[in-house]
Amino acid sequence: MSLFFTIFALAACLGAVAVVISQSVVRMAFWLVVSLGSVAGLFFLADADFIGAAQLLIYVGGTLVLLVFGIMLTASGPYMKIPASPGETVVAGLIGVMFLFMVFATINGVDWDGSRDRIMAATHQTEGATGFDDRSEGNTLRPLGFALLGVRPDVPNGVAGAGYLLPFEIASVHLLVVLIGAAYLARAKRRQDVV
Amino acid sequence: MINTLAANSLTDALTGPLPLLGWDISSDTAFVIAAIIHAVLIFHVFALCPFFLIWLERKGSGRIQDRLGPTRVGGRFGWLQSLADGIKLIQKEDLCPPVADAMLFRSAPYIVCLASFAAFVVLPFSHSWVAVSADCGLFILLAILSLEVFGIIMAGYSSGSKWSLFGGMREAAQMVSYEIPLAICALIPIVSAGSLNLGEIGDMQSGHLGNWFLFHDPFTFVAFFVFFVVLTAGCKRAPFDLAEAESELVGGFHTEYSGMRWSFFFMGEYASMFALCGVAAILFLGGWHTGIPGVDGLLQEWRTRGEFTPFGYLANVIGAGVFVSKAAFGVFVQIWLRWTLPRLRIDQVMITCLKYFVPISCFLFLGATVWPLLFMFVWEQTTIYPEPLGKRAAEIWSVRHDDSESNESVSTDADAGSSNDSESIEVELSSGQYVASTNKNVDLQLQSDSSEQTALAASIEVRQ
Repeated sequence: MSLFFTIFALAACLGAVAVVISQSVVRMAFWLVVSLGSVAGLFFLADADFIGAAQLLIYVGGTLVLLVFGIMLTASGPYMKIPASPGETVVAGLIGVMFLFMVFATINGVDWDGSRDRIMAATHQTEGATGFDDRSEGNTLRPLGFALLGVRPDVPNGVAGAGYLLPFEIASVHLLVVLIGAAYLARAKRRQDVV
Repeated sequence: MINTLAANSLTDALTGPLPLLGWDISSDTAFVIAAIIHAVLIFHVFALCPFFLIWLERKGSGRIQDRLGPTRVGGRFGWLQSLADGIKLIQKEDLCPPVADAMLFRSAPYIVCLASFAAFVVLPFSHSWVAVSADCGLFILLAILSLEVFGIIMAGYSSGSKWSLFGGMREAAQMVSYEIPLAICALIPIVSAGSLNLGEIGDMQSGHLGNWFLFHDPFTFVAFFVFFVVLTAGCKRAPFDLAEAESELVGGFHTEYSGMRWSFFFMGEYASMFALCGVAAILFLGGWHTGIPGVDGLLQEWRTRGEFTPFGYLANVIGAGVFVSKAAFGVFVQIWLRWTLPRLRIDQVMITCLKYFVPISCFLFLGATVWPLLFMFVWEQTTIYPEPLGKRAAEIWSVRHDDSESNESVSTDADAGSSNDSESIEVELSSGQYVASTNKNVDLQLQSDSSEQTALAASIEVRQ
């Protein structure tokens, strides 16, 4: 398992670095596929099958296809390139290093064992989650469905409010409104006849 | 997710002292061996599908056009024509045009191949004959198959040719639109089944022909045909093969390819045709069940004796044969359509999808959800003719339970979290039974419906 973890983690990191380094937009999309696909592989390794599949479907199958489609429709030359000036490289590098520092500081700042103990105490568990156990059950779909309806085994009493269904529906209706608005803005305008 | 019925039982079968040599195999080694066996088996399915289907395509097209088709290689029917093709393609030079983006151009065929190969990982071939039995198997399968488009678009873009670019653009537009009705139509039998696990969906349709989701209600019946047309478009088969329209675009996205890389596209195409037809067979056509009342009952009875008993194994072999025949028949219908119908124009393809298939599939989805509710209010049972699903789900659960008893020692480590979960589910269950008991005539049908809930809750408990 740790071998697969190393492979996927390395592919995700190297893919991400290659996205930043490469200049051709479609190559960036390709490296993004490598990186995001490896992250999906990490999700599968952590037994989170639903989120892994959602990662593949939404980011790789959806967003990136649309991105490349947009480039093919709009590019003027044969291969669209975005060269970076030295100033941009320096600023971006600085921001990247600062972000990396922030992430490390956050990860170090969290008391992982303590929070795990607290969760276990709240849910009356005697044993923590086993993590990368190749035999452990990781079918996350039914717990996710119950959490959507507000049934949560990991909080005391098992029921936590209205669940995630309402926020989910609000987000989807919001997206639908955005889609309709975009279609309205982009539709072919009828010429108004001057009387 | 890695916990699979087949892999685990195979691991358990391999663990222990080896009969002849006396080596003691640890469970980790057995797991690796089981994984390798699965990978090799799936690779052979993936490789032999195109081998057979390309021969079928040549033979079928020949017959439809009043020709003989392949006749020479490998005997009377030209069985080995695909092998001859393969040898020829391996020998050809691997060309890369100077204007192409070489890295993307070379890696695009592998993405196509990888995506359709990986889809077979979650595709069950018979009861518990699946490499990875995931709870959201259908979702994973559709997600993986959606990666295939990316390879084709990249091939079209990176070839540096106008034909390829047009092919890639058409493919992108077509796939982005056709994935919507495909997903909605796949959801329609899911509404009845209440599970995304392809193995469970297949097992729910045992018994007789009327239990197939095709005949569950009129909406699923129509949805099957919409699904089949949409998956034909999703595999970019004629009459929707705009991406490679040879009369307009020379070869479309694969104009610049030659040799093995060219054939990788076709291996991917035929393999994903087979995979999607297999999904259609599982969702609508009873999966690995024959549909003949006596035979299905007998095979189910054999399966309860255990997977590694001779009769249980035989039942699964017969099931796999039935499933492969159904999927292959689906591919044959696609081939038949391809050589019979003329190609649509790109605007007609888009209009067919966006103005017809999307509204139709939305209407069918709505109908499939309202239908059982309507029946519940009028007749107080969810179906007229087929056996109620709750009864079948309970039967599956009993078969599953027999299977998983041998694995219980393995999965006890995850039991800790299940106590609270089962309580909360009991809350839900009791409310459901309350609704049921307020109805005046609680007949046998209703009891079996509540037994569906019991079975589902029990199966959740078993999993955790």
